[in-house]
Amino acid sequence: MTILPLHLHFSLTRSPVKPHSLPHAPRLKLTQHARPQVVAGPPENSVEINGTYPAGVSGQLPSGLRRELMPSHVAVIMDGNRRWARMRGLPIGSGYEAGAQALRRIVELCCEWGIRVLTVFVFSSDNWFRPKVETDLLMDLFERVLKYELQQFERENVRVSLIGDTTKLPKSLQELLANSVGTAQKNSRLHLIMAVNYSGQNDVVQACQKIAVKVNDGLIKPNDINKFLVEKELETNCTDYPHPDLLVRTSGELRISNFLLWQLAYTELYFTNSLWPDFGEDEFVEALFSFQKRQRRYGGRNS
Amino acid sequence: MENSMDRFAGRLFGSTVSYIRRFLFRVLSVGPIPNHIAFILDGNRRYAKKWNLGEGMGHRAGFLALMSIMKYCYELGVKYVTIYAFSIDNFKRRPEEVQYVMDMMLEKIEGLLKEESIVNQYGVRVYFVGNLKLLNENVRMAAEKAMKAASNNSRSVILICVAYTSTDEIVHAAQESCEEKWTEIQSLTDARNCEIIEEKREGSNVIKLADIERHMYMGVAPDPDILVRTSGETRLSNFLLWQTSNCLLYSPRALWPEIGLRHLVWAVLNFQRIYPYLEKRRKNI
Repeated sequence: MTILPLHLHFSLTRSPVKPHSLPHAPRLKLTQHARPQVVAGPPENSVEINGTYPAGVSGQLPSGLRRELMPSHVAVIMDGNRRWARMRGLPIGSGYEAGAQALRRIVELCCEWGIRVLTVFVFSSDNWFRPKVETDLLMDLFERVLKYELQQFERENVRVSLIGDTTKLPKSLQELLANSVGTAQKNSRLHLIMAVNYSGQNDVVQACQKIAVKVNDGLIKPNDINKFLVEKELETNCTDYPHPDLLVRTSGELRISNFLLWQLAYTELYFTNSLWPDFGEDEFVEALFSFQKRQRRYGGRNS
Repeated sequence: MENSMDRFAGRLFGSTVSYIRRFLFRVLSVGPIPNHIAFILDGNRRYAKKWNLGEGMGHRAGFLALMSIMKYCYELGVKYVTIYAFSIDNFKRRPEEVQYVMDMMLEKIEGLLKEESIVNQYGVRVYFVGNLKLLNENVRMAAEKAMKAASNNSRSVILICVAYTSTDEIVHAAQESCEEKWTEIQSLTDARNCEIIEEKREGSNVIKLADIERHMYMGVAPDPDILVRTSGETRLSNFLLWQTSNCLLYSPRALWPEIGLRHLVWAVLNFQRIYPYLEKRRKNI
């Protein structure tokens, strides 16, 4: 699979920085790895270019990572775009653009390394307090990047889902999202879940409300409510792996910020000081390495 | 003669340390002090293994550490302290270990009621938070007795989470909210107030966020400002998922019995660093 060069055409704002000249955005070519082949996988010359890998089979893992300990579901809070731009004296829009590139890189890596589900926190319902200029810019960028990427995703067999309340988004974006998501691709390499205008607390509340309606209609009794019923009604019920194994948050902030709330009960949290646009393959390998070293006991005993 | 000299030296040392600590807290108090700190007491068994202590000694060492941390928190001015004493998942452990922890909890709860305990010294109100029906009879009775005895205290609060998981708390809150609405509709049916019934039945918002929050076990306290998990593990383990959405997470490497003043000070300093941003958000949302 090759990555097409990222030409993000910006019709409205002329960004002084073109994608290929960003200092921390190396172009990743999956067909040519200089890394030693540690884990058995398809030999290099049989890497499919057009993304028609059957689900579950993936490429080589970087040295040090073990295939059997790879997480099935990774969640990411993409924090630090504005700080990245401010540190370089760039407008905030450039920070978000660089962030979009970083996301592209991580989606590619997840496809290659066999991670089944990737959930990204695109926009929180708490983010509406930012200046309107900025939120408009963000919505605009999201729409443009999405239009371009959706064709790529279809070619690369990446299934896209959406969680969150889309009713507050601009109409054009709502239409784009409605047309793009939901096509269930059975053998997708990666399931990309985008959390847009999402709040973990609201997700739990809407699940409880749906259950309350069932109680109201006499379908179940209040005593029958259990955690499985709640889980079935959460917005992450679109995937077989609703609980992230690993959550990565960039930019050094140590909090969850109302992201997946119920689903993060036993998730390993990884916080890194890198800003999101700088989060590349090395940082991701470090996160996965840290994940693989952890002992997950789920309240029981290890020995 | 030597004994009294030793005792004098010991007391002098103790009061100097205490003086320095109170001075340090005065300096910290120049900035915002967290109102509520939650602790996940992780690492007791590893501590016992590390120091070749007997089975269960790690938990006892952990209890001593808890008393110190509580003292520091209340001296600093933190009003609410929550601790994750026993999770519903911990019932999966070996029965002997579970029994040991239950016995120790019973012993310590009874200790809380004594005159010289920290509860009376600092005027601490005690809450036992969780699905107490899962505990055995004597522990539950002791817990209820302790809650009643300390109910007049109001200077500070300790919330002890036993037989608790966040998912269980949310399910329980949903159950109670549904039951409450169901009872309300039933009583309206009895009063034959058809219009209001229809309105309540048709509304898709049969229960609201406020209803769920009201029925949470942790509804007696505000959300925590800092969540500390010792032993270096960074995960929530089904603790306060609902309440920690904007809370600072701090995971020192120290095992729980090794936790000290320096960890608390570091957590508070980090809290003071992000406080302006969180306040701005709270005002805007």
